[in-house]
Amino acid sequence: MDEATINHLLIVGGVLGGLLIVAPGLIWLERRLLALWQDRYGPNRAGPFGVLIVLADTIKLFFKEDWIPPFADKVVFVMAPAIVMITVFFSFVIIPFAPGIIVTDLNIGILFFLAMSSMGAYSIILGGWASNNKYSLLGAMRGAAQMISYEVFMGLALMGTVLLANSFSLVDIIEAQRGMWFVIPQFVGFVIFFIAGIAETHRLPFDIPEAESELVAGFHSEYSGMKFGMFFVGEYLGITLISSLTVCLFFGGWLGPDFLPPLVWFVLKTFAFIALFILLRASLPRPRYDQLMEFGWKILLPLTLINLMITAGVVLMREG
Amino acid sequence: MENIDPTESLNLRFGEATFTKQVTKDDLLTVWVPLDRIVEVLRFLKSEIPNPFPFLFDLTAIDERSRKKDGDYPTSHFSIVYHLFSFDRNTFIRIKIALREDYPAVPSISALWANANWYEREVYDMFGIHFDGHPHLTRILMPLTWEGHPLRKEHPARATEMGPFRLWQEKQDLEQSALQFRPEEWGMELHSDESDFMFLNIGPQHPGTHGVLRIVLQLDGEDIVQAVPDIGFHHRGAEKMAERQSWHTYIPYTDRIDYLGGVNNNLAYLLAVENLAGITVPERAKVIRVMMCEFFRIASHLVWYGTFAQDVGQLSPVFYMFTDRERVFDIVEAVCGGRMHPNWFRIGGTAQDLPVGWDSLVKKFIDYFPARLREYDNLVMKNSLFKARTEGIGIFTTEEAIEWGATGANLRACGFDWDFRKKRPYSGYEMFDFDVPLGNNGDCFDRAAVRVEEMRQSLRIIEQCWKNMPPGPYKADHPLTTPPIKKNTMQDIETLITHFLGVSWGPVIPGGEALSCIEAPKGANGYFAVSDGNTSPYRVRIRTPSFAHMQMLPYISRGYTVADLLSILGAMDYVLADIDR
Repeated sequence: MDEATINHLLIVGGVLGGLLIVAPGLIWLERRLLALWQDRYGPNRAGPFGVLIVLADTIKLFFKEDWIPPFADKVVFVMAPAIVMITVFFSFVIIPFAPGIIVTDLNIGILFFLAMSSMGAYSIILGGWASNNKYSLLGAMRGAAQMISYEVFMGLALMGTVLLANSFSLVDIIEAQRGMWFVIPQFVGFVIFFIAGIAETHRLPFDIPEAESELVAGFHSEYSGMKFGMFFVGEYLGITLISSLTVCLFFGGWLGPDFLPPLVWFVLKTFAFIALFILLRASLPRPRYDQLMEFGWKILLPLTLINLMITAGVVLMREG
Repeated sequence: MENIDPTESLNLRFGEATFTKQVTKDDLLTVWVPLDRIVEVLRFLKSEIPNPFPFLFDLTAIDERSRKKDGDYPTSHFSIVYHLFSFDRNTFIRIKIALREDYPAVPSISALWANANWYEREVYDMFGIHFDGHPHLTRILMPLTWEGHPLRKEHPARATEMGPFRLWQEKQDLEQSALQFRPEEWGMELHSDESDFMFLNIGPQHPGTHGVLRIVLQLDGEDIVQAVPDIGFHHRGAEKMAERQSWHTYIPYTDRIDYLGGVNNNLAYLLAVENLAGITVPERAKVIRVMMCEFFRIASHLVWYGTFAQDVGQLSPVFYMFTDRERVFDIVEAVCGGRMHPNWFRIGGTAQDLPVGWDSLVKKFIDYFPARLREYDNLVMKNSLFKARTEGIGIFTTEEAIEWGATGANLRACGFDWDFRKKRPYSGYEMFDFDVPLGNNGDCFDRAAVRVEEMRQSLRIIEQCWKNMPPGPYKADHPLTTPPIKKNTMQDIETLITHFLGVSWGPVIPGGEALSCIEAPKGANGYFAVSDGNTSPYRVRIRTPSFAHMQMLPYISRGYTVADLLSILGAMDYVLADIDR
């Protein structure tokens, strides 16, 4: 093996390992942050600041009985949580963490991400359907509609940055932000992308497929043990993914003043958005399913289209 | 025309010979009506009489078979009691019918009043009295497989009287099959012309129902075709327990009816008992009672506020509101010793005087709370997502509210100005200066807004209590005050004996009947106490607001979605113990 291959393998291993640490770590972070905002302590017993709760949680999930309900469709039931994990992991392939630290710089980077996140919808639909439970089914139906609709705005919202950078590759997009972060010319795009991102990861306030007070746990009501854990990890990785994409597309990725290395800038920015995700969860109520759809199709879609047209016009004018 | 005695109108219409009047302790007009005229009389009272009685406050029965008769009224085995209320006259009327069989039948009035439906089912469940013409006469509180009717006097009250519990295989199979859900039995179609319906069983264990409540939903997609509540999982036989407790030892049981309302329950019960005993409560005790009731109103509304926000998906408010509720409980604890179930009012007053330093505790809360309420307004009530989830959802009008027996904030949210604290003041509420907040639209948001404003008004009342707490005794100087004032027993043998009997047997409350009605945090709470001159009640009937509100659910949730159902349930503000008793 030559040095490039070893280097590449190190990057793949590093990204994978990093994500596997970040996902459960986020559980701790979220619980602590929520507690902070809700005037309580959160997990603070196991280890310093309670970080070992992560370990305890993981061990608990691994050792729980691997239960498949007798009325479930077994093959699909097992497959569903795997799909969410796989698609999210694949999406990270195109994320540049720092110059040179990227698994592969695809020239269709963003399209690859959109394809993967569309695939992610399958895990909700299949999981809800295979559970053979009415709550799961309702959750899956809501989830399918929500994810497929918001995919549209999400894709259109980030096309503005693609136009400005003239490339689908995330590395090119970041490099194009050396002068100015795209959040300034593409502010509308950023807001819509972030909203759609919340809907994609079905987090509160858009956790309609799970809607605890209505649907118990929605599409994953019947899941327990590590299969539930995989949905859980998938959700947290989804948050990380949307946060890092936001950073890459609108906030200059690894770019930042020289006193910190690029990777640290990237991680800092990403965690700022993760914290925003958690703060949103702590503060907003959940709209109704049809209200969410209405908001998407009647407000976000026209906005994204106008934004796209104006951006395209400006780009054309500058070139012409 | 204004205040013609309803008896005159009744005599004019039906003839004087039709009715037998009964004198009761609470001075409510009480008339016995022959069984065959009852529907006519009730219809006349509901809609034909000038200043009608449109509100069926309560419907219940009394097993009269072992009652020591103490007045000039018809003898019977069972009697049915209808309590009607007129908003125009601001008065109750009590209609009774005498039944002389062991398992009698009565014409149903469920066609006349929408809310009679559940009350009649309850009477059937508890007494085995049949209602002819009732659309769905099945058990409502007890399990379908229950044998006997609990409130009949021959039904055992203690577990020890019933023999050990055994679950044979056959019995288990029977119980299991009784649990089987058959939509037809619930009056639900399996499919319409256009679509097959889905049946969704919500509860009894469900995070959105706030307790063991089961709701069966008939869904067309996510739209509710019908929502039928199944209650009784929290039924503990509170009314039956009254019949084997002394008048005094029953007080802690009332705490647990609306378990968020605390001493409000004590007050409703004691107002009826004190009425029977003829006790006048001293001023200081009245004001102490009002102050504690208002603290519990705030505590109850805070729980409602937080959980309602959570029902529509807001995670954090519930933590802030429970923290503030702790502050209320700190005061309650300092005053009463207890927290949720302080069991602190006594026949004739309160258990103790206020502790030294109570005023600084109360003052601290009065200074602290308004700022928090403003913060919650910004957090919840002004949140546009919250508004989107609650405005225009679960609407009902004043007429519908009265027809279904809705009271409290749910009634006032329709814009109807009716607060029993203002209109029929009890325990000295007439001395206080407070506003009655009203809504306009009768939707979930207005119900919420009314409750939020009520907390501010409660705080005003508390502040007035704090400023003007009268000196004097905290217990009435009356032989039936329980426990009686100790110092008197040192004077003469007569009071010593009364004291001894009062604390050993319990007080002997003179025979009679009395209805109380208070504005509890959740609506109108009434106790109908019947004494036959004994140490324990002959019958205690508890009219709870949540029972009536829950009965409305199918009516107000039709056509909304599953998500809206949670808004409707949350805005209703019920607790299961208040429904099932």
